[in-house]
Amino acid sequence: MSALRPCTAAFVSRFLQMLQYRTAALAGFATQCWWGGIKVMVLAAFYGTGAAGGTAMPLTHAVTYTWIAQGLLALLPWAGDPEVAQAVRTGAVAYDRVRPVDAYALWFARTAGWIAARVLPRLALMVMFAALVLPLAGLGSWAWQPPADAVAGLAALLSCALALLLSASLVMGLNIATAALLNERGINALAVPVVVVLSGNLLPLALMPEAWQTALLLQPLAGLLDIPVRLYLGHLQGNAAWGALALQCGWIVVLTCLGRMAMGRAMQRLDVQGG
Amino acid sequence: MGPFPLFGRLVAASVRGQARYPMSTLMLTLGQFLATGIEMVTIWALFDRFGEVRGWRLGDVALFYGLVNVMFAMADALGRGFDVLGTEFLRTGAFDRLLLRPRTLALQLMAHDVRLSRLGRLLQGLLVIAFATSHSGIAWTPATVALGLFAVAGGVALFLGILVLQGTLSFWTVESLEIANVFTYGGVEAGQYPLAIYERWFRSILTFAVPLAAVAYYPALAVLGKADPLGAPAWVGWVSPAAGFVFLGLSLIAWRAGVRHYTSTGS
Repeated sequence: MSALRPCTAAFVSRFLQMLQYRTAALAGFATQCWWGGIKVMVLAAFYGTGAAGGTAMPLTHAVTYTWIAQGLLALLPWAGDPEVAQAVRTGAVAYDRVRPVDAYALWFARTAGWIAARVLPRLALMVMFAALVLPLAGLGSWAWQPPADAVAGLAALLSCALALLLSASLVMGLNIATAALLNERGINALAVPVVVVLSGNLLPLALMPEAWQTALLLQPLAGLLDIPVRLYLGHLQGNAAWGALALQCGWIVVLTCLGRMAMGRAMQRLDVQGG
Repeated sequence: MGPFPLFGRLVAASVRGQARYPMSTLMLTLGQFLATGIEMVTIWALFDRFGEVRGWRLGDVALFYGLVNVMFAMADALGRGFDVLGTEFLRTGAFDRLLLRPRTLALQLMAHDVRLSRLGRLLQGLLVIAFATSHSGIAWTPATVALGLFAVAGGVALFLGILVLQGTLSFWTVESLEIANVFTYGGVEAGQYPLAIYERWFRSILTFAVPLAAVAYYPALAVLGKADPLGAPAWVGWVSPAAGFVFLGLSLIAWRAGVRHYTSTGS
């Protein structure tokens, strides 16, 4: 218990700190609504043309997927935690090294708090906009639909929590790469395209070519968005649902173990900056 | 020194600065290339599944996509100064220094931090145009090449105009507001597809408020030799890119008003 307390504190303090940036959240939200609207219109146009292509997923599901993807945008591991990058550049990382706490766990908790605080307000706003305002404005066919059933909703919630941990473990990977290379911009620039495609943010993975489907579902980034949404829409039920959740857990374990090893290495080689 | 040689010098200084960090510049350029090019994967996957969209084929959409990306890449490189005006110039008081120099403000800002990494998006857009050419069998003639260049010039002016407006807004907010992204990045996103697939209200915004249709959709129709499914006459595409320059002109008038409103935050 006592080993857990510093980590809980790190999570909570970072969470509360990030909640202060309300204007940024609102501006980001407006952009996400607009973006989601464009995506929905494009999807509607494609579905309106060839009915044959829509067998993998009906349009209402693809639309709901798009809104969830917009709402969970901040959940994706876009970039390393800027605080870590700063700590590495200024030399403040040395403090983290002398604390009598496991450095990986501490950074992990901080990162998870950072992500959660950015995603929750935006998700709440997006639900209000896409699930309440759009139907009331007479755009019911463009709206965020409720989950397939109560069980699907619960499974999706659980899966989202796992997605948060998965994302944190991936961000930790970026953090460690930042610490090892002393430069975050290049790494972040290369991480973005990989993340948008493989998580399903760009296009629901089910709409990608059929031949890729198995590989797309098994790769770790599917657990960030695609698996939670598939559970929500009821595409994965019973054993398949348990399998998907287990897959997420498996990737979290693998990635945190790898991250911990890499961190040990990077920290041994780290030259502390600053004086 | 005249305005254009001066502009050239400032740009060269900015480029030399980036050349000092070759690896970082290269990685950022590659990142831009991949991050912006990845959109093409979506378009390709959707066409792979659905075959066509309201009568448009992959090659047609690729032309719209390529044109819009080329336009935005250039405007983004030139408009960076306006993009960061709030955070880097107004809040710090550095804007006063620009005002003291006896040279056009807009020119100084356009030459500020001309980022080489934008070449990533530019190259990507050009490659997609090449793909469109082979896929759709576009026969470029001197006339359509000239139209293409006119459209790109108009498009650069339009996107630059949006960035100028974003900068103008920050005279009142003293922040760089992300909200302009709706029309810059959002415009690129929307302009990648033929306008005809969108809803009527959205088409009106992109035609009359932010004339993206005038610089991308109508000229591209003329290049493809397609009739507008919405019924605009064929000559429209040959003159419409001028709307981009009009938009930039109006933005610069708003910009003047903004500069007059400016009071320094410095001490």
